[in-house]
Amino acid sequence: MIDIKFAEKDTKIMSQEPLIIPSFQELQNIMDSCCSEDVEAALHADHVGIKGLAALLSPLAHDYLGQMATRSQEITLRRFGRTVQLYAPVYLSNFCTNRCAYCGFSAENKIDRRILTLEEVEQEVDILYKRGFNHILLVSGEAPKKLGVDYLEKVALLMRGKFAAVSIEVQPLSTEDYSRLFRAGITAVAVYQETYERGIYDQVHLAGQKCDYDFRLETPARCAEAGMREVGIGALLGLADWRLEGLALGIHLAWLRKQYWRTALTVSFPRLRPAAGGFAPLLNVSERDLTQMVFALRIFDQDVGLLMSTREEARYRDGMLGLGPTRLSAGSCTAPGGYANADSGGEQFSVGDERSLVEVCAAIRKIGLDPVRKDWDCEFQVGKS
Amino acid sequence: MLEIAGRKFRSRLFTGTGKFSSSEVMRQALEASNSEMVTVALRRVDLNDPGDDIMQVLDREKFFFLPNTSGARDAQEAIRLAKLAKASGGGNWLKLEVTPDPRTLLPDPIETLKATEELVRDGFVVLPYMNADPILALRLQDVGAAAVMPLGAPIGTNKGLLTRDQVEIIISQAKVPVVVDAGLGAPSHAALAMEMGADAVLVNTAIAVAGDPVAMAIAFAKAVEAGREAYKAGLGTQGSEASASSPETGLGFLR
Repeated sequence: MIDIKFAEKDTKIMSQEPLIIPSFQELQNIMDSCCSEDVEAALHADHVGIKGLAALLSPLAHDYLGQMATRSQEITLRRFGRTVQLYAPVYLSNFCTNRCAYCGFSAENKIDRRILTLEEVEQEVDILYKRGFNHILLVSGEAPKKLGVDYLEKVALLMRGKFAAVSIEVQPLSTEDYSRLFRAGITAVAVYQETYERGIYDQVHLAGQKCDYDFRLETPARCAEAGMREVGIGALLGLADWRLEGLALGIHLAWLRKQYWRTALTVSFPRLRPAAGGFAPLLNVSERDLTQMVFALRIFDQDVGLLMSTREEARYRDGMLGLGPTRLSAGSCTAPGGYANADSGGEQFSVGDERSLVEVCAAIRKIGLDPVRKDWDCEFQVGKS
Repeated sequence: MLEIAGRKFRSRLFTGTGKFSSSEVMRQALEASNSEMVTVALRRVDLNDPGDDIMQVLDREKFFFLPNTSGARDAQEAIRLAKLAKASGGGNWLKLEVTPDPRTLLPDPIETLKATEELVRDGFVVLPYMNADPILALRLQDVGAAAVMPLGAPIGTNKGLLTRDQVEIIISQAKVPVVVDAGLGAPSHAALAMEMGADAVLVNTAIAVAGDPVAMAIAFAKAVEAGREAYKAGLGTQGSEASASSPETGLGFLR
């Protein structure tokens, strides 16, 4: 097991090692060793280590949620100001060669499958452009033969000049492919481990490239190597114990920070939503749990961008504004071609917040924050030689 | 135990050899300090000459010599100094100092980065003396510096850890050891740097010019140990108010 004191005090030494996510048993041991003094110390510290994060994620912190909210809000306000960034996902394809128990795109699900032609992509993004979106997240299932880097590069070039920032959430790629896409104008990559617990990971990933836990785990590092400006990590909540998932996520985050100081990092907190296949979450993650996790990560890493997806309901998303999250998706449709054609089937999951961009912006302004729709321009970036 | 480029050090107090009233006082002070890493100015010593003052009095079994390029004004000069020292048996460890301004002796960041890159390529173990600039620390680390040595205050000023906030960032970001060098004028300054998590400190002037250099060397040794112990023990955080559990105002939206 890892030495707790060591992990807490000397992340420097830890990071000289390759990325090792401790087993959930080891993480549990760290959490079990926490006392309420650790929670209080973490709430007042300038730098919170792994032990502090464990305390903030532990059941002990349950009674401190109010203080955690205050601290998280304070940090978020100081670091990110009175702003919230907005983005919209564009689903390029729902073909998938993986079989993942929880996902609507899973290969064995009988849903309408399609991959957007470049013309269709243009139609989709034009609609978002007219709606005022500048940050786009391109999403697809993992089907490298149908949707490979050539296709992605064409899409990136098509969008270049029109959108400020284009991120991708597709199958893990090689470093070379990421740098090629960076040169084409892709600014960021999101790749979620889904669960850091190996046993459950194997249990829910039944077939396909995604079965390879380590290849996926190493993907954020490859993105950073390739020069991506930003990398997003996360875990799908509802598979393993969210407290330990949060701790593993923190370890991954801290490791990436140490290794790739030039790369901005973000974390997402997707809770399992109803999807084709009818997968029931293995564990329930309540709103309160999710909230504790968001605050804990914010207090642990003051600079990390925190994303709040449209999986959550409007009431919750509005309530969390300013308390920790820094970026929201809005007006999302999770089916390929869904913006141009509202009847498009084959969605990845059903959204919890159906409001349009205009409505979300209004809600953000109402509480005194500025909805930021442009925060970069891919024309600024040149590829790493 | 502190490890730099594979070499282990029990003591986290590094010392210098300049400014002492005599080589005998220097010997006594450095021995009393328990320091194992002693930096010597290449321009002052002849590493090969056993009759050299410094070389003669210091036990090479006890002290690991870290030659420095004091006096070099640019990368070229520093590299030349380093190569000449290596050619004459000075080993491949180097405290890189590039100080173009003879008044303040502040390190030149651009020349230091250039020299580090080239010397690392040539197989040197380079410990660059630098201003407390966190990005420079990362850049030096990226080109292969074995440790970074940010200054606490301009050398010889005894002003303490004026660069505290910057050094704190460097410590939190660096993968390589951080040695706070220059400006530490009192044992309390050294203790503070160690409490913050510095891996080591380098002290020269404050010991050499003290009323009693030997006693001061002992005081610094104790301070460095105390600071390190405190860091490992985990300092309590300073809080302005007693923490009572605050009501969950603002979380009324939760279901």
